[in-house]
Amino acid sequence: MSPTMTETTVVTLKIDDREISARSDQTVLEVAWENGLFVPALCHYEGLGDVGACRLCLVEIKGSPKLTPACVVKVTQDMEVVTQSERLAKYRRSIIELLFAERNHICSVCVSNGNCELQTLAQKLGVDHIRYPYLYPKVSVDASHSRFTLDHNRCILCARCVRACDEVEGAHVWDLFGRGVDTRLISDLGTPWGESETCTTCGKCVHICPTGALVEKGKSVAEMVHARPRFAAMARVRSSSGR
Amino acid sequence: MTPEELNQAAEREATASTVHDHVVGVCTSTACLASHSDKLKKEFDAAVKAKGLKNVRVKAVGCCGLCASGPMVYVESKANGSSEAATRTYANVASEHVPAVVESLGAAPVAALACDTTQPFFTRQHKIVLESSGVVDPERIEDSFVVGGYQALLKALTTMTPEEVVDTITRSGLRGRGGGGFPTGLKWSTVSKAVGDRKYVICNGDEGDPGAFMDRSVMESDPHRVLEGMAIAGYAVGATEGYLYVRAEYPLAVKRLKLAIKQAERAGLLGANIGGTFFSFKVDVRLGAGAFVCGEETALIASIEGRRGSPRPRPPYPAASGLWGFPTLINNVETFANIAPIVKNGAEWYAALGSGKSQGTKVFALTGKVLNTGLIEVPMGITLREIVYDIGGGPLPGHTIKAVQTGGPSGGCIPEAYLDQPVEYETLVKLGSIMGSGGLIAMDDTSCMVDVARYFMEFCMTESCGKCVPCRVGTVEMHALLTKICEGQATMTDLEQLEELCEVVKSTSLCGLGQTAPSPVISTLRYFRDEYIAHIEHKTCPAGVCSGLKSGAVKAQEVLA
Repeated sequence: MSPTMTETTVVTLKIDDREISARSDQTVLEVAWENGLFVPALCHYEGLGDVGACRLCLVEIKGSPKLTPACVVKVTQDMEVVTQSERLAKYRRSIIELLFAERNHICSVCVSNGNCELQTLAQKLGVDHIRYPYLYPKVSVDASHSRFTLDHNRCILCARCVRACDEVEGAHVWDLFGRGVDTRLISDLGTPWGESETCTTCGKCVHICPTGALVEKGKSVAEMVHARPRFAAMARVRSSSGR
Repeated sequence: MTPEELNQAAEREATASTVHDHVVGVCTSTACLASHSDKLKKEFDAAVKAKGLKNVRVKAVGCCGLCASGPMVYVESKANGSSEAATRTYANVASEHVPAVVESLGAAPVAALACDTTQPFFTRQHKIVLESSGVVDPERIEDSFVVGGYQALLKALTTMTPEEVVDTITRSGLRGRGGGGFPTGLKWSTVSKAVGDRKYVICNGDEGDPGAFMDRSVMESDPHRVLEGMAIAGYAVGATEGYLYVRAEYPLAVKRLKLAIKQAERAGLLGANIGGTFFSFKVDVRLGAGAFVCGEETALIASIEGRRGSPRPRPPYPAASGLWGFPTLINNVETFANIAPIVKNGAEWYAALGSGKSQGTKVFALTGKVLNTGLIEVPMGITLREIVYDIGGGPLPGHTIKAVQTGGPSGGCIPEAYLDQPVEYETLVKLGSIMGSGGLIAMDDTSCMVDVARYFMEFCMTESCGKCVPCRVGTVEMHALLTKICEGQATMTDLEQLEELCEVVKSTSLCGLGQTAPSPVISTLRYFRDEYIAHIEHKTCPAGVCSGLKSGAVKAQEVLA
């Protein structure tokens, strides 16, 4: 991306009644996290382009009738943001419940048990049961790759892997295929991952996956720990090397 | 082509047509083509040729409106020496009628086929967008010249500044006809003021509401009007390139638009230095691949760029950062079709039509349980009752109208009691529906409102792009709940959950598709809650639609009990 021509300034704004100063090129989510505020997010990841897809980071901005995803909106002078309200808490819980109902998320047998962002958020948001009927889709597991496994049962379609592979690794192995609830993650236009000619086996997608959808082989229940710091370092190197 | 040359071309065409005492116009729009009107036109050609009639012209025209009675044919005859033409309209014309119609030229009309054009279906309409539909041959640009085609474009280019054009559109009060009703002039002025090395104009022809065919009809019947509107827009906002995004399910519209672009380029009315001025404007057609969500502007732009057709959060709006990141003006087909008449006749003329904050006319695809179905154009402010009872001819014999659905899967059902409300953007929103792009479905006592809500939810569920969670999963869960109600398996807890999901999906979805997907449920719950309760508590479908349930009315006391 070419550097933007608009000048970066320092602005002050209010988040949850707290006076906060920030750079004008920062997003509301970045600023909120920087200041230790809890705003849930699943599709956002530092170093990746934002898509505003998971809808968990929705916040109320004074003067706007609609809820706004904090990950894509930049801070402005005198902005007033509400990140915690009864309504937002209700919506966030519903979205987490919908994600659990969509695929077959069985924590007790998942390799990511204990290291899963979906699970953690559910606990933090007080989701103790799922009110919506489970859809129980019949989805497959792609274990054709020599080192990694793709388990569609755990995929939440956040597309972090798609962006990490495209924006950071530059290989663009992953894509989304199909529509609506039938959307699936595919590698190399639908060929099995193990036969992919573009995959560099770098593992970025695996370490950035919030759930147990992309995992290292040979891991048993609760053994899959994502190496997040490693990814953050790679993303930083990438973004500082002349982009 | 300069304005003088355009006038000359129009005169030449008009003079050439004086040798024809009779013009037989055969509708060749999709609806009539489905009843083999193309074959019919060939038979007319052959019959005229066989009889050696040199004073008869058989021409293919666009949609005449009364699609339910197709194929439509009209005969325009001039009395000897007079320049005034009398028109006869025939409905349901079949091959065996061809000799009789040809025989009747200059004699008494064929009574058996006559279509009464004094009926309200025709007289209550006010045509601006469809003015030349059914009059011109969509495949001949010369036909458009005769009715003033491209006059407005050359007027704008030679006598107005871009700012004056934007100002004219602003003062006309025209609002986006794609459904949202955003003021068109405001959009134009935003794009014209946006800074960018290049700008684009996009025409959204990805009409996808079930049962709606307004834009298809305009593109098929009068493609030059759309192109002219786009070129004027290009001049006004400072764009030199335009894209017409048309869904691939409209092959005839695509064919005619492509032909129209070629003809206009040859005539110097599109392409480089239009009308001998410094303004250049190029139009390309892009085909959609069958995704409803591509009618959403950011998804449409992604699709033109060759990416997956899924929306992105706004802002930035396309007016600031659209196609390839450049400022982009995006309007619907019907909006562009309104531009040339406004520029030609002035903003005041247009602003005088309509009522409240809704100016001009609106084209509706009138379908459902009424006698006359088809394409209509009515002035804003007309009541729904006039549309359904006068133009639509009222309910089918033995039935009563229960509700009117507008706005397709993003709209709502308006019950009979509110039919005296005027057709205006704000009024329809207040009633829990929207103007929408123009689908208008009449429902009678045989329509189950829960089933209707389920139908639209199924549509949204299969058309969701899958990007954001509430729309992707929420629509599936809502559809499951509605199905449960229809099957008589639901409890009041399910209804509660349905209402809660409506709120979640409406408030948290990324784009318009998800945000409005619950609308049909919300509006039917608002007006026909008793039907939901009849399904749940009494296992009864009042309309007798849902199989497996008892049919028949549930008494009001029972519902309350």
